[in-house]
Amino acid sequence: MAGNSGKTIRFPREAKPERGAGAPAPIEVADLTVTYHRKPVLRDINLLIKEGGLTAVIGPNGAGKSTLLKAIMGIIPLASGEVRVFGEPIDRSRGLVGYVPQRGSVDWDFPTNALDVVLMGRYGKLGLFQRPRARDRETALACLEKVGMAPYAGRQISQLSGGQQQRVFLARALAQEAEVYLMDEPLAGVDAATERAVIEILKDLQARGKTVVCVHHDLQTVTSYFDQVVLLNLRLVASGPTESAFTPSNLRATYGGGLTLLSDVLETLERSGS
Amino acid sequence: MNSSFWILLTACLVAVTCGLVGTFLVLRRMVLMGDAISHAVLPGLVGGFLLSGSRDPLVMLLGAGAVGVLTAWLTEWVHRSGRVDTGASMGVVFTFLFALGVILVSAFAGQIDLDPDCVLYGEIAYVAYDTVLWGERDLGPRAVWLLGGALLFNLFLIVAFYKQLKICAFDPELAESLGIRTATYHYLLMIATAITTVAAFESVGAILVVAMLVVPPATALLLTQRLSGVLILASLIGCLSAGLGYSLASAADCSIAGAMAVAAGVLFLLTFLFSPRHGLVTRAWFRQRSLLAEE
Amino acid sequence: MWAEALRFLSLADANVRHVLLGSMLLAGTTGVVGCFTFLRKRSLVGDAISHAALPGVCLAYLLFGSKEPHVLLLGAIAAGWMGAISIDLIRNYSPLKEDSAIAIVLTVFFGAGICLLTLIQGAGNASQAGLDKFLFGQAASLMARDVWALGMLSLILCGVVTLAFKEFKVLAFDPDFARALGLRASTFEILLTTLLVAAIAIGLQMVGVVLMAALLITPAAAARQWTDRLPRMLILAGGFGSAAGAVGAFASSLAPRMPTGPWIVVTVTLFFVVSLLFAPRRGVLAQALRTLRGRTVVASENLITTLYRLGEHARDFSRPWPLESILRYRRLAAPKALGILSQLEREGYVRGEGDRWILTQTGFQMAERIIRRHRLWELYLTEQVKLPVEKVHQDAEEIEHWLTQAQEDELEVILSSPTTDPHTHPIPPASRGREGEV
Repeated sequence: MAGNSGKTIRFPREAKPERGAGAPAPIEVADLTVTYHRKPVLRDINLLIKEGGLTAVIGPNGAGKSTLLKAIMGIIPLASGEVRVFGEPIDRSRGLVGYVPQRGSVDWDFPTNALDVVLMGRYGKLGLFQRPRARDRETALACLEKVGMAPYAGRQISQLSGGQQQRVFLARALAQEAEVYLMDEPLAGVDAATERAVIEILKDLQARGKTVVCVHHDLQTVTSYFDQVVLLNLRLVASGPTESAFTPSNLRATYGGGLTLLSDVLETLERSGS
Repeated sequence: MNSSFWILLTACLVAVTCGLVGTFLVLRRMVLMGDAISHAVLPGLVGGFLLSGSRDPLVMLLGAGAVGVLTAWLTEWVHRSGRVDTGASMGVVFTFLFALGVILVSAFAGQIDLDPDCVLYGEIAYVAYDTVLWGERDLGPRAVWLLGGALLFNLFLIVAFYKQLKICAFDPELAESLGIRTATYHYLLMIATAITTVAAFESVGAILVVAMLVVPPATALLLTQRLSGVLILASLIGCLSAGLGYSLASAADCSIAGAMAVAAGVLFLLTFLFSPRHGLVTRAWFRQRSLLAEE
Repeated sequence: MWAEALRFLSLADANVRHVLLGSMLLAGTTGVVGCFTFLRKRSLVGDAISHAALPGVCLAYLLFGSKEPHVLLLGAIAAGWMGAISIDLIRNYSPLKEDSAIAIVLTVFFGAGICLLTLIQGAGNASQAGLDKFLFGQAASLMARDVWALGMLSLILCGVVTLAFKEFKVLAFDPDFARALGLRASTFEILLTTLLVAAIAIGLQMVGVVLMAALLITPAAAARQWTDRLPRMLILAGGFGSAAGAVGAFASSLAPRMPTGPWIVVTVTLFFVVSLLFAPRRGVLAQALRTLRGRTVVASENLITTLYRLGEHARDFSRPWPLESILRYRRLAAPKALGILSQLEREGYVRGEGDRWILTQTGFQMAERIIRRHRLWELYLTEQVKLPVEKVHQDAEEIEHWLTQAQEDELEVILSSPTTDPHTHPIPPASRGREGEV
């Protein structure tokens, strides 16, 4: 039924994205506002994501973290503003962006297995009505291997644990063979083994020059996992390198005062800072 | 008294009775249960008819009520043990029961004076002729008595448990944390739905029951946020739909129940477009104006 | 009745052949198409669309004065589409939720349909128009060319599903991801809705407005119980639908004026109930058996650990123990305990010596593993979750049976290879051989 693809803004045709100094940033968000039933959920966001960065998007519940990713992906309509990926509108650069939605956003009782889910990551590279080829299958299996899920390729997805499901989603994004990866809480509710595996893969992506943006919920691990941070609460509070942007005052501005966990983190931060 | 009066009175009673329960069903996203129950009661009616051998209202009512509760229970069972979503399990259950009813009616066609058509769009045109007799005295149409009873029951329910129902409808989690047993009120609502449906649908048919359960409360919800306001508005809109529908039916010489559903639909459409808060046109107009103001 | 049955089964009568083929084609096709609405949890949208198609049928008749099937079909498709769009509009542009949107569209469109139907009847040409068959359906009036048309449409619908299988699958599983991939999600949503509307429109004159939903939902729900693969599910749903179509056609031929649609629905629901109860793995029976087996495992493992604890307490693992000693630890009826013990003996975990019992080597290893997991968990709860020592035993009693090797290893790492539990009992070391896992 009627989809809600984003309000597309026409841009003049540009050359394919190029690397190096002066090249357009992987993600550029300008004056972005998103509304839901007339209520703004993101307001006047201006954001530049640096190439090769490992960025955490943090903020309280309902701050619009997932919405930001969806707006960048063009899954939801923008009320105003624009998004560019490598200098182009998302509709012309989708092949360069991999996406990991929240694990809870799909029905895991769907009749399909792990390999099939990962194969979906190849669909963007296939033509209309075209079936996945042997090569796609190999890529998908290799991606499952990378997240340590190869032995479960044929397993029905509801029979996987939460962490394993998350790894399958990650493998699906890897199968997209993108330049930028947007991930919605890839570490939420996973076991320690999965957390290690995910972080290893994020670091590996970064080592290969890819750009990764993760919605992240665990303030304790921000500094150890990510080198860039985006603090969000309806508006952009701060963004930049973790050392300079992940500061007590910015955190307070993002979360307000009421979090005990927050005060823990602030304490450690202040101690390490002094 | 003439039959127009009784038809309108019956329709308004249906409107108010359904509007009261329907508001909570809409808020709790359980409207389709009302739809399912109103279809599924057919085999109950046939069963009651076959058992009693007559159109004894009490027996048929009991049969229909039993099947109504059965529908709710079966839906829950299929949902749980089949890991099938509630919508689908409802669909499986009520279509089966309705099919069973149609087969029974066909199989006992000689013995049963029941028409599946009637279950769908009722015979509200004839309510005035099916009256309750007390000795020699004519106490008025049976439908009015039945619906009056259902209305009193619903009113009692809402007045007695207003606060609890309100919290359960708007914020079930808060209700749980306050120690309100949401499951109890869920079933209470289910029972009220079954009673309302059964009382109403024999005289007015399934469509009008479901239409009155959902369309006026939905319309009211587009106009106001306060629960008491929604309840009153839903009842008023329901009665208005009944009146408009009846005029339409008299003018065009078509099904009264159908016309009332259409009238409710038209009122909904108007509200959907022009409601001050949520209307499609209103919102577009406001957006236009704020854009102009910015420039 | 036997004469009718014979007449049907011989297939000599052309009309019988038409009804049979028509029912099978229709119910099979709707079964396949319905799988996608079922998996998207939008089953009742199909119900609303089929109700919404009725005014379209009547309007087409009133406008064109024709009861040609394709004219009425187009009317049904147009109105069905309008219904589908209305549901989306209400859901997207008002605070009302989908169930209200479905119910509003269903009742208002259907009310309009009833109005038009009674209007046409009032004009005195209702039965002549034969429109009332759209309420409950009438398969008996099928003719050769209807069956041909049905066959063509089935072919087209199944062809589209096969072609766009990949797109439909990702759209049903993860629509956000489909959009992120740029798969023209909205185009395929429109295509899917068109398939649904078309399937419903064809089915209407056979099973009617009210029961149409069953042919979309029930075969899919039945097929889902048997398989975890989408292609198989589609084939199975088609098969269930066709089979129910055949049975329904047969059953309705046995008595005069018996409607076909309801019989198809009752049959397919029967298939569903059988699937629900007896499907392997997902079925109610299979689940009950699994629970029972789980209980047996727990009871056996508990007896094994009891023998271990007795030995540990006496500091002598080579001594056999009488049943009474075991039952002092475990609340269990003696005959039941004996039954489990002899089962364990057959499996090689315990050995009976007279009326006393002792763990075998395999049984001892198994006991060590369970006890190890039990005590690791107790330690985890006290150290990491900070529960008081006296509260952790009960929880560990439960969890010891279900911890996996991976979880055990993780606990070991987290607790940095501990040797004693919070009650200062020793934690048995990890055994190298892991044979004998239940």
